[in-house]
Amino acid sequence: MIDLIFLLLIYICIYSLLSMGLNMITGYTGLLSLCQAAFFGIGAYATAILTVYAGWGFWTALIMSCLITSAFGFLIGLPVLRLKGDYLAIATLGFGEIVRNVILNWDSFTRGSKGINGIPFPVIFGIEIKSSNLYLFFAFVFIFVVIFYFILNRIVHSRFGRALEAIREDEIAASSMGINVTKYKLISFCIGAFLGGVAGSLWAVFFTSIAPDTFNLMLSIQILCMIVLGGLGNNLAAIVGAFIVVTAAELPKLLGFSSIIPPELNQILFGLILVLAMLYRTQGIMGKKRFIAEGNPNKERAVER
Amino acid sequence: MSLTDFFQHLINGFSTGCIYALIALGYTMVYGILKFINFAHGEILMMGTYGGFYVYYFLISKNSSPSYMLFSFFIAMVVGAFISAFLGVFIERIAYRPLRRAPRLSPLLTAIGVSIILMNVASLLFGTQPRRFNYPFDNNPFSILGVNITPHQMLIFFVSLCLMFFLKMFVDKTRSGKAMRATSENMDAASLMGINVDFIISLTFAIGSALAAIAGILTALEYKLYPTMGTMAGIKAFIAAVIGGIGNIGGAMLGGILLGVLETLGPVILGIPQGLKDTIAFLLLIVVLLFKPSGILGKKEKTKV
Repeated sequence: MIDLIFLLLIYICIYSLLSMGLNMITGYTGLLSLCQAAFFGIGAYATAILTVYAGWGFWTALIMSCLITSAFGFLIGLPVLRLKGDYLAIATLGFGEIVRNVILNWDSFTRGSKGINGIPFPVIFGIEIKSSNLYLFFAFVFIFVVIFYFILNRIVHSRFGRALEAIREDEIAASSMGINVTKYKLISFCIGAFLGGVAGSLWAVFFTSIAPDTFNLMLSIQILCMIVLGGLGNNLAAIVGAFIVVTAAELPKLLGFSSIIPPELNQILFGLILVLAMLYRTQGIMGKKRFIAEGNPNKERAVER
Repeated sequence: MSLTDFFQHLINGFSTGCIYALIALGYTMVYGILKFINFAHGEILMMGTYGGFYVYYFLISKNSSPSYMLFSFFIAMVVGAFISAFLGVFIERIAYRPLRRAPRLSPLLTAIGVSIILMNVASLLFGTQPRRFNYPFDNNPFSILGVNITPHQMLIFFVSLCLMFFLKMFVDKTRSGKAMRATSENMDAASLMGINVDFIISLTFAIGSALAAIAGILTALEYKLYPTMGTMAGIKAFIAAVIGGIGNIGGAMLGGILLGVLETLGPVILGIPQGLKDTIAFLLLIVVLLFKPSGILGKKEKTKV
């Protein structure tokens, strides 16, 4: 039971990193992205390949995989960020599926659907952090969450963060105030990707084996649900959202009901929570009353006339 | 690749493309009016297909003479279309209508929630093992100049081209079709002109969902029938809608057929594994979005301050 709770907490920590990353992109900058799972996957695969095949240590591999993931964020962001709203969402969705497909089919490099096994555990000060020792591993990932929570909070309360929020509220107004919209969007996208890379690295060393099926569109959607349920544009809310979604998914297992309640029922419940939350509390649990990522098309039209 | 092979792939691609086009019509019509991506469209397709499946097996359990089987298949298609249409209208009524004036992200996430619910309800009700329609006719291919065409493909061509023709006639020539075009042009002005906007939106959902169910039943003859069948079909059809120009009915037809043909010919011409078929589809999507975001037949949207 206690073990299960700690396992859950480790999940929550890793997902929190992902949701905070997406919150930077969607919550603060207002760009609807559906490829957080792809960044997660790139980070995990980069760590796996660097540690297993190239024989690097965990720390260098971690830094390298985060940089690789950011580079991918930059490369995809450069062309795609010219798009707006729904079109951006679809383009990022496409990118996410391309990444998964390439990982699945590039047998010689990623070993295809078999995945990569035998990823070594991280070592700090001569102590090997094994995933069988859940308390130690929890402490390890929790430190990452705390560090990145503070870093991100510093970022969003700086001049840079306010520029991002200005872009979210009104892109044209922001650019006429002298904000270089493209540059800021790209940086925000790279930060989001960077956090995806961190989470992927931790995921790879926790499970010691990875397979491409983990990093599918459904995961991207779940991450989006986390930040929307928590409340967009708030880092603490992103963590709360991760907590809710992960707990809701694993609760029957935690309470020992998993034999009675089929997993489908659990998923149905998740879907219902999402629909009801959108119908009755659009701004999320901790969100402020007014949040409009993309203005309402019907209202905009009314204003035009 | 010989010329015969080329035509063979062209025929196969064209039949896949017709299916994509039928599904894409539902996306494009809804997007044209409500400016939102109905992510649950694929799951509505799946539900209608299951409905048709049970009707078909109920009917042929009594009598299985060849002509009666073909007749039952058409009855199953009609019933499946009605089931999907009702489901589509019902979902619009309870989940999307209250959010018509909400920020754009809300209906999108509600649709995702609905699709999760439907998928899992289906796997609870019908089980997760794939099922299959038996061919209601003898599916031995005809050979025309060395190119094989199966009766199944001919059925797909016949049914989908007929339906597209009727839909085009309906939208262009009838009073309701005119009302539909007016609603997609400007919802408020349409309602001021005495058009019942709610009814038109329900009608749009009904037609789109019915077409999707027919497409689902047609594909279930060759491929199998399972609770997640709608997801990938839905995404592909959505890509088709975007390629053709979303919101444009002719564009959805063109985009669907184009996507089907390129996706089938692409791996053969480039000499890459068939598994990368989906990657071609997504790359095509990103390329189209980058160079002509409004799609091949779409009009350019102007942004006003």
